[in-house]
Amino acid sequence: MSEIAWIETTLTSARPQVMGALLRYFRDLDRAEEAFQEACLRAMKSWPVKGPPRDPAAWLIFVGRNAALDSVRRDSRNTALPEEAALSDLEDVEADMAERLDDAHYRDDILRLMFICCHPDLPATQQVALALRIVSGLSVREIASAFLVNEKAMEQRITRAKRRVTGANVPFAAPGAVERAERLAAVAAMIYLIFNEGYSASGGETPVRAPLCEEAIRLARLLLRLFPAEPEIMGLLALMLLQHARTAARLDAEGNIVLLEDQDRTLWNRSKITEGLALVDKAMRHREPGPYQVQAAIAALHARAAKPEETDWHEISLLYRTLERMQPSPVITLNRAVAVFKSEGADAALELIEPLADRLSGYFYFHGVRGALLKELGREAEARISFDKAISLARTPAEASHIREHIDRLAAG
Amino acid sequence: MLYALLCYHDEDVVNSWSKEEDDAVLAKRGRVIQEKIDAGEMGPAIRLVPTSAATTIRASGDEQIVLDGPFAETKEQLLGFYIIDCENLEEAIAFAKRLKEGEATTFEIRPLRIFKKGVLPEKIEATP
Repeated sequence: MSEIAWIETTLTSARPQVMGALLRYFRDLDRAEEAFQEACLRAMKSWPVKGPPRDPAAWLIFVGRNAALDSVRRDSRNTALPEEAALSDLEDVEADMAERLDDAHYRDDILRLMFICCHPDLPATQQVALALRIVSGLSVREIASAFLVNEKAMEQRITRAKRRVTGANVPFAAPGAVERAERLAAVAAMIYLIFNEGYSASGGETPVRAPLCEEAIRLARLLLRLFPAEPEIMGLLALMLLQHARTAARLDAEGNIVLLEDQDRTLWNRSKITEGLALVDKAMRHREPGPYQVQAAIAALHARAAKPEETDWHEISLLYRTLERMQPSPVITLNRAVAVFKSEGADAALELIEPLADRLSGYFYFHGVRGALLKELGREAEARISFDKAISLARTPAEASHIREHIDRLAAG
Repeated sequence: MLYALLCYHDEDVVNSWSKEEDDAVLAKRGRVIQEKIDAGEMGPAIRLVPTSAATTIRASGDEQIVLDGPFAETKEQLLGFYIIDCENLEEAIAFAKRLKEGEATTFEIRPLRIFKKGVLPEKIEATP
């Protein structure tokens, strides 16, 4: 790897900790960002000459803080900046500094930085955009292209979101246990939003959006390193790894969705699956089940089946039952119905979803599943009506063409 | 003499590598390793699953406690290792240097002896 690439990777990986600490000092997002930018510029100048510091994050925090303080002083008193050479003393104080930084602060710094991005007043898309800008450090252009909107619109969206969280006054004191747990849950949800933003994309959009999945996984790994004994964070990371492992098999050459049962499982990413399964295992030991763990356990059962017919659908239907109890939702019931269909048959499954018709009448997937069940039961005319409804509700060409295939098969059969 | 080459790096940094960077590192190392394979001197290459998947069992008084996470919270983590056969330390150092080329990874060379050969099948499914 070239030196510049190495420095950039280091800056990216240090960013959450450094930004978190700078935010604690300045209590102002814009000032913290400016300080971080300045520290990065100086790192690009200094590191290639003097070599990388032992603790890059500590270096960046120290330099960023001083640079920002300088600019505050300069603004107020118009005094001269200190010489660049003053930075050469850094190496000596670094060890001491690293020690001071290594205390408990940094966990809550990073958590606070992430938490600020998931203020409940912010709509989901703004939370994701803000987190990608503030925590991940993606450029506005990169975020805009991931959301398929123009740069100017994204700039405005982020500015609005920042203004809103600035008015929210997130407390800067170290949080208590209950508050910390609440923050963790909010941050976990936000990370999963980032993931889904990347995962739900289909067709030609995939290449630009897949990095969002990678970024969500990176953030969850970071969170789990900070809070290593949180089973729901293990579950979240496992869930994302196991889903992302299927990426290469999810779309065919034309960009059409390939159903789980039709996917070429040799294309699944084994190393992500290994890590995901290990995390599910670890989480289970805690005996504190939660929605992410249950969803990860479902994904794990799919990942463990080398062939679709080896899938343990009965166990999956039980897990969906558990999930339903934790988070009652017609969509989860619909998913359970699919598992019931595979383990018990179309009759039982259809019985389960008929009561959902009112609430899910506008949902593409509901009509798709209903059509498939009716087709299975030989009620082809009704199946066709359901499939037609599904097509009219499809959000992407890939979804529509997937249903069209079903209809073609009906016609052929 | 058999050696283990232990690879240490900041896990956050490695996790921040893009796929291209990761692939480039693996390809470069793969070329160096291939020579050892051809010479019949290459043992397994192990990449450890990230430390977030680690579990540690420690003694606490008379009890054993099971903790989530790696043995030590350090700046750099043990991320993987190679088992190789080399004539002597000089050769192992030369090999490690070539493996390391262009990387910030730290390599630690540890001579080793095989305690038990083990009975796992020869071709355990590799997951690169």
